[in-house]
Amino acid sequence: MITILREFVQSFLTFLERVGLLVRFALRLAVILPSGLLRPRPIIEQVYNTGAMSLVIIMTCGLFIGMVLGLQGYDLLTRFGSEEYLGTATAISLLRELGPVVTALLFAGRAGTALAAELGLMRATDQIAAMEIMAVDPMRRVVLPRFLGGVIAMPLLVSIFIVVALFGAQLVGVEFFGVDSGSYWSQMRSAVELSDIREGLVKGLVFGVACSLIAVYEGYNAMPTAEGVGRATTRTVVISAVVTLILDYILTASML
Amino acid sequence: MRSTRTIDISTGLFVLLGFAAILFMVTQITNRGYSLKSDSYRLTASFENIGGLKTGAPVSMAGVTIGRVEDIQYDMKLYKAIVTMRISDKYRAIPNDSDASIYTAGLLGGQYIGLTPGGSDVPYKDGEQVIMANDAIVLESLISKYLFNSAATKPGASTPAPAPAAQE
Repeated sequence: MITILREFVQSFLTFLERVGLLVRFALRLAVILPSGLLRPRPIIEQVYNTGAMSLVIIMTCGLFIGMVLGLQGYDLLTRFGSEEYLGTATAISLLRELGPVVTALLFAGRAGTALAAELGLMRATDQIAAMEIMAVDPMRRVVLPRFLGGVIAMPLLVSIFIVVALFGAQLVGVEFFGVDSGSYWSQMRSAVELSDIREGLVKGLVFGVACSLIAVYEGYNAMPTAEGVGRATTRTVVISAVVTLILDYILTASML
Repeated sequence: MRSTRTIDISTGLFVLLGFAAILFMVTQITNRGYSLKSDSYRLTASFENIGGLKTGAPVSMAGVTIGRVEDIQYDMKLYKAIVTMRISDKYRAIPNDSDASIYTAGLLGGQYIGLTPGGSDVPYKDGEQVIMANDAIVLESLISKYLFNSAATKPGASTPAPAPAAQE
């Protein structure tokens, strides 16, 4: 009994320690942020790595999420004889929830793991130690551009995802099932407010910060072994997904 | 690692695509900055009550969408709602004694304007007002009318209920 309790306390302390380390890491990033912005070249490269390279998977998933929404929404709404609300239902659920959340999960799986594995491998092959010896700050040179690249790419990915999904839902609802294309768009227009779009973009930005931070933190602090890199990659996906969903609830509650 | 030029080009493309998506969302999904094609003409109609009609709602004839509601204003002199419709140029020959009614699509559906053709040979001109406009049926006024009428016809009811304020 006592050992179980002790273990519980122990693991809770480890958890607190990790949170503290993460916050310290984030603060260090924030402090060197202005100097990092002066050097846009590596940031552009990372926007390419995290954003442009994720484009295909984001667009494919967006299309299918939209098509599923069109199918499910149509099936549900015809029961009430109001399938002209399909556009409204799709747009609002995408803008507020599905767009940011699914993009963040995909982002964690596609870009977050890549970041964590890359940084973990740099740690394992002593590249980071070599930089420190040469008096080059690896936080500034390696970590910050990767973090910023993710933060910049996320809101853009979210909006691309949403627009592609809207056309996916239109494909199913309007082209396959024959919902009037005018009602689809006009009902959407009359119901969607600018604040819905703002909510989606704010969520995208916050999730981008969270997922990128977790990815670079886990990669940078990975154990310098092959196993450590693997573990860092796994942890990135798991923690990113959990944190995204928790943050999603908090953000929704604060913005509704 | 690919050459920097390729990276720059695809990054630029990605960022442009992202901003294009944001622009699309702001202008096309919300009800601001949305415009119809120019090959159309306007009709207006004045209603006592438009119910839940919104801008962008379809205007249809025999169930076929021929245009959209462009603008809804309240006229302080007539105490009526002035609805401006944009009709596609394909449907130029609407008789100038056609009337407009507000209908509801489905049970909970959005409202739309239905035009019923008249018998005149002369078509409506651009900007002309529809002669007869039938108001939206408001469920509450229907229910209250029914309730008051049934109370009035009940035997033994001493004072007849006043006529409902909303007329059809």
